[in-house]
Amino acid sequence: MLQRLRENKSAQGTLLALPTTVWLFVLLIIPLILTLVVSFGKRSPDGNVIYSFTLDNYVRLFGYSTDCPEGQASCFDPLYVNILGRSLSLAFNTTFFVISLAYPLAYFIARAHPKQRNMYLFMVLIPLWTNFVIRVYAWMMLLRKEGAINIILGWIMNALNIPFTPLEMLYTPGAVLVGMIYEFLPFMILPIYTSLEKIDTSLYEAAADLGANSIKTFLRVTLPLSMPGVVAGTILVFIPVMGTFIVSDILGGRQVILVGNLIQRQFLDARDPTFGSAASLILMVLTLIVTYFYTRKFGFGEEIVVA
Amino acid sequence: MNPFRRSPFVIAAAVLVYVFLYAPIVGLILYSFNASRANVTFEGFIPAYSENVVMDGSLVLSSPCGPFHWYCDLAKNDDVAEAAGNTLTIAFTATIIATVIGTMAALALQRYNFKMKPFSQLALYIPIVIPEIVMGIGVLTLFSQFFGWANTTFGLEGDARLSLGMATVTMSHIAFMVPFVTLVVQARLQGFDKSFEEAAMDLGANEWTTFRRVTLPMILPGIMSGALLAFTLSLDDFVITFFTNGPGSTTLPIYVYGLLRRIITPQVNALSTVWILVVFFAVLLLQILQNRDSKQHS
Repeated sequence: MLQRLRENKSAQGTLLALPTTVWLFVLLIIPLILTLVVSFGKRSPDGNVIYSFTLDNYVRLFGYSTDCPEGQASCFDPLYVNILGRSLSLAFNTTFFVISLAYPLAYFIARAHPKQRNMYLFMVLIPLWTNFVIRVYAWMMLLRKEGAINIILGWIMNALNIPFTPLEMLYTPGAVLVGMIYEFLPFMILPIYTSLEKIDTSLYEAAADLGANSIKTFLRVTLPLSMPGVVAGTILVFIPVMGTFIVSDILGGRQVILVGNLIQRQFLDARDPTFGSAASLILMVLTLIVTYFYTRKFGFGEEIVVA
Repeated sequence: MNPFRRSPFVIAAAVLVYVFLYAPIVGLILYSFNASRANVTFEGFIPAYSENVVMDGSLVLSSPCGPFHWYCDLAKNDDVAEAAGNTLTIAFTATIIATVIGTMAALALQRYNFKMKPFSQLALYIPIVIPEIVMGIGVLTLFSQFFGWANTTFGLEGDARLSLGMATVTMSHIAFMVPFVTLVVQARLQGFDKSFEEAAMDLGANEWTTFRRVTLPMILPGIMSGALLAFTLSLDDFVITFFTNGPGSTTLPIYVYGLLRRIITPQVNALSTVWILVVFFAVLLLQILQNRDSKQHS
């Protein structure tokens, strides 16, 4: 038996990959299938799942309510569609701002003297690995009425003799956006840095020799060659932003509700796992569609591993 | 042309982004020394005079620990100790299992062809391309449905009842950690010079000896950085833990989240500061390991 295994390369590979594959099958693929099955089910009065086949949850999610006022047969309620739209636009905005902030810093690090690069990277890793919840809390302290931002603004206004009333920044969509940008910025810096660092410096010399100025060199050489990093970073930012519920929970209060909050509440407060499952699947499909078209257009970099 | 020349605009932008990254952290640390229990405004540092803590309303007038009053307070908090213990237990157990099976899978994917290979590869990419909350509610549904079925079918009661806890958190953590271990070890195996193994085999070593004495030592730095990455991911995880934890398996991120929805004293800042320090040294260690690895490699 052992002798046969020693000669059978294919069986060896299967055996080596088996624990991981089984683990992922049981705790990843089966749960996804189960989510799909549950999303077609009905909620029992005590919050359990009655297995059936109904599209009610999806119909409700896309706004076609079955219990309408004044005996109408059907009516449109955009509540959940708005939540989906808000999450999508927040994810796009966050990704845009994160790229705009991450690119200059990644460029700065990649162009730093090799001896200093590790230190600069290290400075990016510290906020990255400081716990997610702690980072939201830090912004909660900064943004509130008595927080540091208002204090500093107050000083400036005072020096300029302009009357100042502290701004209400916490529990607004802007607070959620800033929180999201802060949470996911390092995930963009690292892959962009990796692809910038790979660029052969002789290409810059060649571009200069051929008469390109620094702006032209950047647009024609640096930017195209760093695209794989931007793509990898976008995947690492866009997907989690779509599903995160802590940032909006803590910085948005009850004002900013995203798909993540919707799903979380179905499983904890509202106790309707069937509707939560449907929302979760729609979220997954949305992110997969965006990721698919995005990677098909720009390619999929190996930079994704570094973060 | 000097390749390390950067325009003043790039330098200014980089400085601003670093300020953006560090301002919240500096604020967080500063407020951990706050004399105000309400922690809304900074009321100055706490002086160290008396043997007992002296309070005036929500203001701490003096404390035997001085400015470090909230750190002393933190050290006395049993809930924090329990949460820290849970976090470490889960992270250690999950890291060991994920590293072993993840390394095996990396070897299989890099070196063998087998029927299941495309499926294994696909499964490894799933955690990267789906939002964490989708996986979180998926495992929650799996565990709750299975436990519900098992508890009624086998008539389990009292302590024997299956419920969410340390085991479910650990199992779920392993599921999202494995892909990262596999990717890191696979990257290491890609640059592997096979002639060392062939030399060992020519000298009469069997496959197991070759693996143990040649392959393993050579890919060990890769395995170590994969394991460290997995460990940090587990320590940091909120979403998966949020959906799979039960009574008695509260981890630090869950504990902090719970506090944020109630009254926040500077104790939370003290806890955050300790955490940032731990992360600082962990990342430092990871960097040193990776530097040593890349030096050996080149």
